[in-house]
Amino acid sequence: MVGGPTATESDLVAIRDNLGLNDPFLVQYGRYLGHAVQGDFGYSYQSKQSVSEAIAVRFPNTLKLAVASMIVAIIIGIIAGLISALKHNSWLDVTSTTVALAGISIPNFWLGAILILVFAVNLQWLPVAGLSDPFYTWEGIKQLILPAITLGTGSAAMIARMTRSSILEVVKADYVRTARAKGVKEKNVIWIHTLKNAMIPVITVIGLNFGALLGGTIITEKVFAINGVGRLMIDAIAMRDFPMVQASVLLVATLFVVVNLVVDIVYTMIDPRINYE
Amino acid sequence: MTSAILTEEQVTVRKKKEKVYITTIKRLLKNKLAVVGVIIILLQIGMAIFAPAIATHDPAKQSLVESELPMFSDGHWLGTDNYGRDVWSRIVHGARISLLVGFTAVSLGLIGGITLGMLGGYYKKLDGIIMRIVDLLFSFPGILLAMLIIAILGTSLVNVAIAISIWSIPSCARIVRGSVLSIKEKEYIMALKSLGASDIRIMLRHILPNAMAPIIVFATMRMGTAILSTASLSYLGLGAQPPTPEWGAMISQGQDYMWTSPHLTIVPGIVIMLVVFAFNVVGDGLRDALDPNMDIQ
Repeated sequence: MVGGPTATESDLVAIRDNLGLNDPFLVQYGRYLGHAVQGDFGYSYQSKQSVSEAIAVRFPNTLKLAVASMIVAIIIGIIAGLISALKHNSWLDVTSTTVALAGISIPNFWLGAILILVFAVNLQWLPVAGLSDPFYTWEGIKQLILPAITLGTGSAAMIARMTRSSILEVVKADYVRTARAKGVKEKNVIWIHTLKNAMIPVITVIGLNFGALLGGTIITEKVFAINGVGRLMIDAIAMRDFPMVQASVLLVATLFVVVNLVVDIVYTMIDPRINYE
Repeated sequence: MTSAILTEEQVTVRKKKEKVYITTIKRLLKNKLAVVGVIIILLQIGMAIFAPAIATHDPAKQSLVESELPMFSDGHWLGTDNYGRDVWSRIVHGARISLLVGFTAVSLGLIGGITLGMLGGYYKKLDGIIMRIVDLLFSFPGILLAMLIIAILGTSLVNVAIAISIWSIPSCARIVRGSVLSIKEKEYIMALKSLGASDIRIMLRHILPNAMAPIIVFATMRMGTAILSTASLSYLGLGAQPPTPEWGAMISQGQDYMWTSPHLTIVPGIVIMLVVFAFNVVGDGLRDALDPNMDIQ
């Protein structure tokens, strides 16, 4: 594969020697780990480019997309969940709950295609693809809107469902009843007494979804032709370019674990009763 | 005499079980969205079983003179794709594929998850090791784990099913372990142990049936996820290969013709959404019907 179909036996020997494939498995693995902790993931079988460099070039696009989607998901999810809980059993609640369920069920690659068809091709309000401009420019923001909505919809739906059920749970609590009995303004009952306490499970869902979003960027990057780690990974899998696959997977999995750790730390800030000691 | 008493007890237990099933079904049918979901699922199962009879054409048969026909064309009510293949027939046969892959993936995931969860929950010594394996699997976003497994095994629908099943194992194991931990402390389990019942018998005959409620809900919802993931992986070119009529692959192929024939993208997308929606609402409905206080993610 590395040497191509015309490689001779001596080429193969040289390649095996060069890649260190003649060493025992554990030696190879130890060497890989030693290099990996120094940020050296070897070279791509296909492009011969340094894997670390290839990922470093594409990673900002993936991160930009994941963060933008998370912002979209949090804003839409919490607002929809809040409205749904406060207008419990009203038509707003039913509509919001059904839309949230539909949001979870929509294939995001399909949603992306439909958004492109409507907003980029027919209405021509937003660009069809790409994410080349800096995110702080107007062009950059315009490029981010459709991919962020595409990727954020599923998470928004999950956050909305969790916000709704969590608020409905907290609203029944004694301290909320007490606050109302004391004559605290309804606005304060909701924002101070209810929402803050209802946020703990919502943060769990946000944290877990951020991890899922990192995985979801793979598909969204393909739909919108974004030059990110996800697309790099798909191409690497198709080409069986293992150094590239290993490094991309390791990067996304590490980020996923770090995000979960951050979520755990945030718990202690929101709820001082939670203590990991 | 003893056998007569036992039979009476068995009859009572059976009646109680039947009552639980009937109550669950009644509760489920009260939920209108869940009823809609059940109907959609039954339709999909019907489509999958009777696909050759329902499909109007061979799903792989090309006819370039009839390529990209719009919806409601003569003889092709959902139109044709760029190779002139009938979209309706491909959707019908796609139902078979998505249901088969989803069912296989969820079943394998349940077998793995239930085994690990039971062993972890029942044997304290195994719990630490099993839960660390589960944590390890949890450290990958689902689709990434599936892609990684496909990268190792190669691209095919069978490997997609295996990948999704492995992805389902950790969630299922955690749910089962949680149930087992609480059930094994119940008095009737203590009684069985003191009567000398074997661990296998206790686990399979007494703990598992009592832990089924969250497993059923998980399996239903996971069917939706599995169908969606199969479509996603096929869209990425890692699942079904042409000319297999898989819904995700149909969207991927249709996307190239979105400007001229948007129905090639829109129709399979709506079908996927409806089916996944159906499994999600039925899962939600089952959760409420089985135990209104139960909370499973």
